[in-house]
Amino acid sequence: MPPKDIGMAELAQIVARLKTRFSDAIEDAREFRGEFTVRVKPERLVELCTFLRDDPDCAFDFLSDVSGVDYYPDEPRFGVNYHLTSMQYHRRLRLKVRVSGPDPSVPTVTPVWPGANWFERETYDLFGVVFVGHPDLRRLLLPEDFRGHPLRRDQSAVQEEVQFTHNFEEVDRTKPYAKS
Amino acid sequence: MSLTEYGVTEVTLDQLRSLVSERAFTGETMLLNMGPQHPSTHGVLRLLLELDGESVVSCVPDIGYLHTGIEKTAEDKTYTKVVPLTDRMDYLAPLSNNLGYVLAVEKLMDTQVPLRAQYVRVLLCELTRITSHLVWLGTHALDIGAMSVFLYCFREREIVMDIFEMVAGQRMMASYFRPGGLWRDLPPGFEEAVRDFLKLMPERIDEYEALLDKNPIWLERTKHIGVISPKDAVAWGVSGPSLRGSGVNWDIRKAMPYSSYDHFDFEAPLGKNGDVYDRFLCRIHEMRESLKIVQQALDKLPGGPFMTSDRKVAPPPKEELAYSMEALIHHFKLWTEGFKAPEGEVYVSVESPRGEFGCYLNSDGSSKPRRVHFRAPSFANLSALPLMTQGVFVADLVAITGSIDIVLGDVDR
Repeated sequence: MPPKDIGMAELAQIVARLKTRFSDAIEDAREFRGEFTVRVKPERLVELCTFLRDDPDCAFDFLSDVSGVDYYPDEPRFGVNYHLTSMQYHRRLRLKVRVSGPDPSVPTVTPVWPGANWFERETYDLFGVVFVGHPDLRRLLLPEDFRGHPLRRDQSAVQEEVQFTHNFEEVDRTKPYAKS
Repeated sequence: MSLTEYGVTEVTLDQLRSLVSERAFTGETMLLNMGPQHPSTHGVLRLLLELDGESVVSCVPDIGYLHTGIEKTAEDKTYTKVVPLTDRMDYLAPLSNNLGYVLAVEKLMDTQVPLRAQYVRVLLCELTRITSHLVWLGTHALDIGAMSVFLYCFREREIVMDIFEMVAGQRMMASYFRPGGLWRDLPPGFEEAVRDFLKLMPERIDEYEALLDKNPIWLERTKHIGVISPKDAVAWGVSGPSLRGSGVNWDIRKAMPYSSYDHFDFEAPLGKNGDVYDRFLCRIHEMRESLKIVQQALDKLPGGPFMTSDRKVAPPPKEELAYSMEALIHHFKLWTEGFKAPEGEVYVSVESPRGEFGCYLNSDGSSKPRRVHFRAPSFANLSALPLMTQGVFVADLVAITGSIDIVLGDVDR
């Protein structure tokens, strides 16, 4: 069951305030199934996040999640979602940034919520979205020498050639273990 | 052949210069791998430690050894078929993961779940919480050296596993919650089994608490170790008992109740200091609160359907296929194509035994999701590990890693 009384009226007010105060930064704001999503221009992301964290009526002090989406073939291709939670007011808000490939980049929100560190690294790892200003942007889940960004819709998950008997020597040559 | 000819890129220590202190490069401190195979890292977790003698100067977690691409796999499956994948993430609390995902699908489809199914979900989730905390307690105590607690916890866990097997046919990876309700109704004998468990469990929890809480060695090893301040914990996205141990009153079951949790009377225990000991106490008390919830759910369990009657989402009962053409068509459509979700995105989170387990679903209007993302609580909790382990001994590091209760399946997905 969807949770009752998620303060939709207050959330709508917050979104309205954002639209007036940051009217040039907000591209879109919509509501679906009781959740509000605000689409923001990437350049203004950190400013908006700082406001949402520090403003006493918003108080979105907890960053629940940062995740990427590949909207291929729709453009702009990549979306990065920020799920904010206010522990004081028991509310959630989603911020969304849409950027185009093939080398998408978004400013990092680690100055606002340090917890975004690993979430942004994961999004970089799986989608290839570069977070400008991130203190330590390395791959997180995949091996350091992995090539490609598997959660992109035009890439399959498996990148290695399967080793059978007919291509055993060929594939064996690409393996990095010690050979006599 | 060199590594580059193999097509393998070598990551040299130079690139990791920002992660460890300068003393590592002069040889003053030692870089040690608390490698992926280690009995105390609770799974395949690699911790790159920089040690000055026995104390940790920096601790860099390296994860991904259990990454199985669940989110990518889920993009290829219909919404119902993703349910068994969710079991395998946080494999110690599979029903919690089921619940998180299934609630997201139901929100996306705007489906109403009957009250009986909601109460059963609460009941089984709380039993899952108890089993998960039992594993945590057993392994955590084992790491610190209290070896007898381990098998006692697993003895109780067997009883709950039997209950799960009775209900879902599976001991661990139950996949019992489906979009719209439950897979099937509760079997006869369920109530009796749960009541037997409720009778014997409280004194067992008292036993475990007494074994450890009154033990001066345990208190020495856990008090004032691995402290994280409430401000840091919130800023780093820590949730669950690891957050409540620092005194932050945040429990999604109470703050944003789902699946009728607001019908039940329970508390979310809070700690004071944010050390290993407080997190331990939080989880022990949570086990007791879970027993309370199970008791209430069992007493108040309503009758009625266990699955929504919306045939676009839930399959019709098998008997109906014999005489109803519509039922046959619904069955066929659901099994071959699956139900189509409206275009949009939702994010739902539940309070899993480890913290906020969230499920983000993005639908493009077809029967398969465009994106499924699972916000894993252990992922965020583990990212705060370096904060808690400044200057501690390696033995304390083991205690701290155990106290944040990570499951690598959850961290890596």
